[in-house]
Amino acid sequence: MPDLSINFAGIKSPNPFWLASAPPTNSGYQVMKAFDAGWGGAVWKTLGVPVVNVSSRYGGVNYRDKRLVGFNNIELISDRPLIDNLREIEEVKKHFPHHAVIASLMVQSREEWHQIMRDVTSAGADGVELNFGCPHGMCERGMGSAVGQEPDVLRTIVEWVMEVAQIPVIVKLTPNITDITEPARAARLGGADAISLINTIQSIVGVDLDQFAPYPIVDGKGTNGGYCGPAVKPIALNMVKNCAQDPYVQLPISGIGGIENWRDAVEHILLGASSVQVCTAAMHFGFGIIREMTAGLEQYMTEKGFHTIYDMVGKALPNVKHWEDLNLKYKVTANIHEDKCIGCQLCYTACEDGAHQAIGLREGTRVPEIIEENCVGCNLCSLVCPVENCITMERTDDGTEHLTWKERTLAGTIPTDFNDERAGGLHHWVPEPTAALGKEKHKTLPGKARQLGTPASVVNDLVRKE
Amino acid sequence: MAEYLPPTSEQEFHANFAQLKPRMNNTEALYESSRCLFCFDAPCIKACPTGIDIPQFIRQINTGNVTGAARTIYEANYFGNACGKVCPTEVLCEGACVYNLQDVKPIEIGRLQSFATRQVVESHKYLFEPGQPNGRKVVIIGAGPAGISCACELRALGYEVDIFEAKSQPSGLTVHGVAPYKITNEEVLAEMDYLQAQFGYRVQYNSPICSRPDLLALEEAYDAIFLGIGLGKTNALLLPGEERENCVGAVEFIEQLRREHHQILVGRKVIVLGGGNTAMDAASESARLGAEDVILAYRRGKDDMGAYEFEYDLAKSVGVKGLFNVAPVEIVGNGRVAGVRFIRTATVDGQVQALPGSEFVEPCDMVIKATGQAKQTSFLSLIPGLQLDGKGRIVADAHTYQTTNPQYFTSGDALNGGAEVVNAAAEAKVAARGIHHYLSAR
Ligand SMILES: Cc1cc2nc3c(=O)[nH]c(=O)nc-3n(C[C@H](O)[C@H](O)[C@H](O)COP(=O)(O)OP(=O)(O)OC[C@H]3O[C@@H](n4cnc5c(N)ncnc54)[C@H](O)[C@@H]3O)c2cc1C
Ligand SMILES: Cc1cc2nc3c(=O)[nH]c(=O)nc-3n(C[C@H](O)[C@H](O)[C@H](O)COP(=O)(O)O)c2cc1C
Ligand code: SF4
Ligand code: SF4
Ligand code: SF4
Repeated sequence: MPDLSINFAGIKSPNPFWLASAPPTNSGYQVMKAFDAGWGGAVWKTLGVPVVNVSSRYGGVNYRDKRLVGFNNIELISDRPLIDNLREIEEVKKHFPHHAVIASLMVQSREEWHQIMRDVTSAGADGVELNFGCPHGMCERGMGSAVGQEPDVLRTIVEWVMEVAQIPVIVKLTPNITDITEPARAARLGGADAISLINTIQSIVGVDLDQFAPYPIVDGKGTNGGYCGPAVKPIALNMVKNCAQDPYVQLPISGIGGIENWRDAVEHILLGASSVQVCTAAMHFGFGIIREMTAGLEQYMTEKGFHTIYDMVGKALPNVKHWEDLNLKYKVTANIHEDKCIGCQLCYTACEDGAHQAIGLREGTRVPEIIEENCVGCNLCSLVCPVENCITMERTDDGTEHLTWKERTLAGTIPTDFNDERAGGLHHWVPEPTAALGKEKHKTLPGKARQLGTPASVVNDLVRKE
Repeated sequence: MAEYLPPTSEQEFHANFAQLKPRMNNTEALYESSRCLFCFDAPCIKACPTGIDIPQFIRQINTGNVTGAARTIYEANYFGNACGKVCPTEVLCEGACVYNLQDVKPIEIGRLQSFATRQVVESHKYLFEPGQPNGRKVVIIGAGPAGISCACELRALGYEVDIFEAKSQPSGLTVHGVAPYKITNEEVLAEMDYLQAQFGYRVQYNSPICSRPDLLALEEAYDAIFLGIGLGKTNALLLPGEERENCVGAVEFIEQLRREHHQILVGRKVIVLGGGNTAMDAASESARLGAEDVILAYRRGKDDMGAYEFEYDLAKSVGVKGLFNVAPVEIVGNGRVAGVRFIRTATVDGQVQALPGSEFVEPCDMVIKATGQAKQTSFLSLIPGLQLDGKGRIVADAHTYQTTNPQYFTSGDALNGGAEVVNAAAEAKVAARGIHHYLSAR
């Protein structure tokens, strides 16, 4: 049985799954319920001077029949008095001494930072998370992402906090910045013990086509909000990786953004996170998802022979390279497995219109055919094919050669002028532009009853037999 | 043991004849439309006789443009709603859906189609209007799927259109012949009203065209004549005892069923003679009317039946039993039907042969003859120069459906010998274009 427990910058937790600072951690009731369900830790809903929220607060992005692939909110930090929160933190810690309770904080002046640090420490919090991330409402008041976007300000505030800190300090970063490593480095310079990322991404989640207003709508108006949920995972993963690979950051990372199941969590961990936080998925499906997450993680670790989380932290990092270090000699080619093909021809139209005209149609069958000379190995067809493993990308180079762009640059063999003979696509066959005309007509014309000259077969073949 | 009790009220009738393809709600439509792959050169389009751009309308439903979806459907097929419910989709669009090859349930194209069209029908959202009047007049005989579709297309092209219909309602066999569990009368007629409100053709009901003088008057008053007359009564069996009470033709029985619903009387034990789709319908309908035993008797083996497999499955599912390799020789009884005398048969080299000495009587109190509809040959013989083929079908040009009398055009069952609503709808559009071509060239 693998050991899921972690010690994150001094914060101990029975497993790496924490609830992110957000509505699921609004109250002692919710946090206790989550711990009872199996969550390892909780970052309390951000504390500070209590706010006033608007009504109608969230918007969702649905993809076809899938709800909430993206989620956005215009909520602020906790709207409950500090004293109530402190009392509940104390109570939670009494019941769950071995679980991680981290207080998320956002205040303004040095005095306020000192005061609130003392308050949450004496309430028994295992650590704090400084919220420099909120991209709406709070930043307009000089807090949240307004701090996270100014590395110098961020560093100063971290230093204030460190003056009094007796428990580990995590700095939560905003993704609304060009280079995430800048605030991460500032956090390190300020003396922080760890970082967590990402907070939400500034967004407009949709526009109401009748009211001409952005969602969520508050009395006919709206504002930009913070974007999160499954759709943001790729952005979060990249930023986690950037921080993990940066030689000047070198802090434990709590990965956040789009985590909904064990796979998402493992991905964050493989790119350098050593704890993970979840918000949207818990808001969507409730605390019960933790059972699938821990079970999946355990199963994966068992299969891979990992004994502790630390056996896998950052394991994918050595394979994340700069583009110029990738092997230009490696080549894959699409391969259609005819026995699986259902003839939807999505691969054909994708490659024809969206890639390299490397798939052809043949008479008498709906199974398309790869024209190997044209296939550049882009993967598009295999991504659009609705049948699992129907199109596979097979390696076609012999595996003996290795040449990178960096090496070619050093050797002086890269294309340099506009019509360079060394252009990568020079010898790729491209149809004549005019060959496109009328091509759509070769496919079945809809509304055939409109056409004159309907084939007689319509009449003769379908007689209703008596 | 009967599966159904005889319905005694309209409500019970509708329970026994519950819709096989019930209306989708918005969520169902969203889920189902989300599954469509938007195939290139989609096989479902090719399999639809009217060539509805199926992936396009499904995508429109999915993006919340239900009105646009209905337009896509109606542009190809004026019986869009009816077809969604009554088409044998298993052998048409849905049968061609690529999901079948993955052993995944095909997209429910028919139900999605009716989902979209029914919304515009019910909300009276009009999508079409008549074209600029072009000063020409066309008369249509028969307000079935062929006649109505032709009328819509001609009106869109600017023709003045009059329809003469023998019966008191439009849509032909859609309302008089199709099984009630496929579509209700109200739903059929609502679509007819919807079409007429947009296209504004005139229909004279209870106005059969029967005689040479009737036809002559039309020939003189109109530029072209469209024959959408369908087929005739059930073929006679020419067997002794056929005139006995409770020995009825399937088409006539079903027409009465559609008109009278639960008030129609069905026997306790019914024998249906035939192996086609109409036989399956009549058998299913008898069972749903509460007949205790329904026997489907067919001259050849089960696999030789003309009916679609799913239609036979449907009949079996309501308790209908098959009796194969038997030929009726006499309807026995005393005034009323009391049974059918059969002789057993064998099929040798494709020929049905009676087995001497194998006769037996299967008792019953009702016989439904589902032995095909006769062609309207005597009426058609009143039209000068009009040729029929060996099977009594009107001979017409395959591209225009112009008959051998150039003033006459045709489509639907009268032309194809008896197919589906969707075929009539498809052909009638072609015929309307043919009429347009012919009259424009004059
Ligand atoms: C029992 C049965 C069940 C069926 N079930 C289905 C099904 O589930 N799905 C499906 O798609 N198809 C089904 N069909 C077939 C479908 O109904 C027909 O293919 C379709 O209705 C043909 O359309 P039509 O316009 O050619 O003829 P019809 O629908 O027969 O319409 C012809 C019209 O012309 C009128 N008419 C005829 N002669 C004259 C005249 N001399 N003067 C004036 N009016 C005249 C008739 O009263 C009728 O209204 C079924 C058919 C039957 C018999
Ligand atoms: C409604 C809502 C309120 C939030 N409030 C806070 C907050 O008070 N403090 C904070 O640090 N982050 C806050 N967040 C950000 C989350 O903690 C988290 O960083 C973000 O949602 C990304 O994780 P996810 O993709 O799992 O949701 C909030 C998020 C949401 C959706
Ligand atoms: S990998 Fe790219 S280029 Fe090759 S066939 Fe597929 S889509 Fe076309
Ligand atoms: S996308 Fe896949 S299933 Fe569809 S035609 Fe191409 S190979 Fe076949
Ligand atoms: S074949 Fe099926 S999946 Fe493909 S476009 Fe048609 S309905 Fe959609």
